[in-house]
Amino acid sequence: MTALTDLGVAAIRDGVKAGSFSAREVAQGFIAAIEKARALNAFVVETPELALAAADAADAARAAGTLKPLSGVPLGIKDLFCTKGVQTTAGSRILEGYKPVYESTVSGNLLAAGAGMLGKLNMDEFAMGSSNETSAWGPVLSPWRRNDGGNTALTPGGSSGGSASAVAARLAPGVTGTDTGGSIRQPAAFTGITGIKPTYGRCSRYGMVAFASSLDQAGPMARDVRDCAILLEAMAGFDPRDSTSLQLDVPRWEANLSNDIKGKRVGIPREYRIDGVPAEIDAVWEQGIEWLRDAGAQIVEISLPHTRYALPAYYIIAPAEASSNLARYDGVRYGLRVAPEQGNLADMYEATRAAGFGAEVKRRIMIGTYVLSAGFYDAYFNQAQKVRALIARDFETVFADVDLILTPTAPSAAFGLGEKSADPIAMYLNDVFAVPASLAGLPAISVPAGLDGQGLPLGLQIIGRALDEQGVLDAALAFEERAGFTARAEAWW
Amino acid sequence: MSVDEKTVRHIAKLARIAVSDAEVKALAPELSNILGWIEQLGEVDVAGVEPMTAVIPNQLRLRDDVVTEGDRRDEILANAPRAEHGFFAVPKVIE
Repeated sequence: MTALTDLGVAAIRDGVKAGSFSAREVAQGFIAAIEKARALNAFVVETPELALAAADAADAARAAGTLKPLSGVPLGIKDLFCTKGVQTTAGSRILEGYKPVYESTVSGNLLAAGAGMLGKLNMDEFAMGSSNETSAWGPVLSPWRRNDGGNTALTPGGSSGGSASAVAARLAPGVTGTDTGGSIRQPAAFTGITGIKPTYGRCSRYGMVAFASSLDQAGPMARDVRDCAILLEAMAGFDPRDSTSLQLDVPRWEANLSNDIKGKRVGIPREYRIDGVPAEIDAVWEQGIEWLRDAGAQIVEISLPHTRYALPAYYIIAPAEASSNLARYDGVRYGLRVAPEQGNLADMYEATRAAGFGAEVKRRIMIGTYVLSAGFYDAYFNQAQKVRALIARDFETVFADVDLILTPTAPSAAFGLGEKSADPIAMYLNDVFAVPASLAGLPAISVPAGLDGQGLPLGLQIIGRALDEQGVLDAALAFEERAGFTARAEAWW
Repeated sequence: MSVDEKTVRHIAKLARIAVSDAEVKALAPELSNILGWIEQLGEVDVAGVEPMTAVIPNQLRLRDDVVTEGDRRDEILANAPRAEHGFFAVPKVIE
């Protein structure tokens, strides 16, 4: 018999409904798995009592015939989401001990749909990182190891690294992630799971600790495409508390999910073939192209001419917004306070922020402060916003001709902890394929495509038109059926 | 663009982050490097391009100017490092 922790979101939901097992048994299974896997450092806070309470409510609902869409499904919540009464730190020392008095809309939507919360997932500090190494609570380890017989600790990617590790290690059937410039897709690719960033505005940002507000978007990470569709449907929706929330009905992504992509036109952007990317990434991309062709799609070569400027534009826009958003951490209203003896208010601000922020966060706040400072605003920030408009226009132009775009998710497989932390720009390059869709606000998914020579997962990305999550999910399903990716990390933890 | 140590101190001041001498020394080349890398944006021809303001067309909504969630003083103060008499407490501002 399959262990309950080997089941995904749909299988758990359906099994609880059918009475094949109780929600309590499911919750207990995942709680035990989490306790055993503390070496991965995926969870910052464990909340078994909340998961069990939701499970009991689900079992009672089944008896009463009042099951909800996610009744019986326990989930992990990225520590970027405010959770009422449960510590929320966004991976930062400056928020240590902060217990929100309110619930974020996204996590609240999931709980209202009947889901339980297993705990809060570790992440890069304020989502600034691509390897989880910037977390104040220590890096998350990937459950994956290279097949060289060694035990090099590998990154699960970032910033949603705890989320990725938890799903890949079967500590949760599904989780929330957030994506500002690849933070759902890159970790999904590194750990052999599926993660989708919806169109900007689909998921409310209310109660999500802000990094770069014009880019931040929540999305689900799970083992397969259907599970992502189910979770996204529960997470998304109009919220008057977020001024950029889209006032649209949530489509029925799961019910409408179809592997029929015959006649769809899929663009392959030539600018995504860049120097220095391992041949294995190209090979898996070629394989992906063949799978979509096999599914009846037409493959079209396209050009997105401003692609190479996406990353530098992102590293102006995101730090600029971050420098403004993170001004709120001043030691007055919540979180850490460091008040030097005899110091004045400004001394308190400076000492609090010096002690509370890690090196990468300070670096980005300072870059952001610089590019917004008097005399530099036009040359940096305005120029970046103009380039961003050109990048969005590139996509708009090609989407007049194609329905979807297929690219690699990341330029490499997972790397070892510490291998890239000395060089910020080398770290930033991880998101070279993920950032353009973020800047344009488009829906994009990462799906596992295969293993490289070291036995590590590689993912491909499918980008769609704004609001066409259905097209993205459908193509991902057709892809998933052909990829037949069943590899999983062997438990060493 | 090369960022010197004086500039680093100025930015840190604007960002309200205390920096040690050693940090300033390390940050100057780091920030120079990153800014040097992002300066390639200068080569893009942006003539006639408006800076992006909204990534997905969206209309800002207005709501009635009424209190929707009042009377939450204690909740708002619940996470304050120091609260006194129903207020946030900070070091003396005016001598």
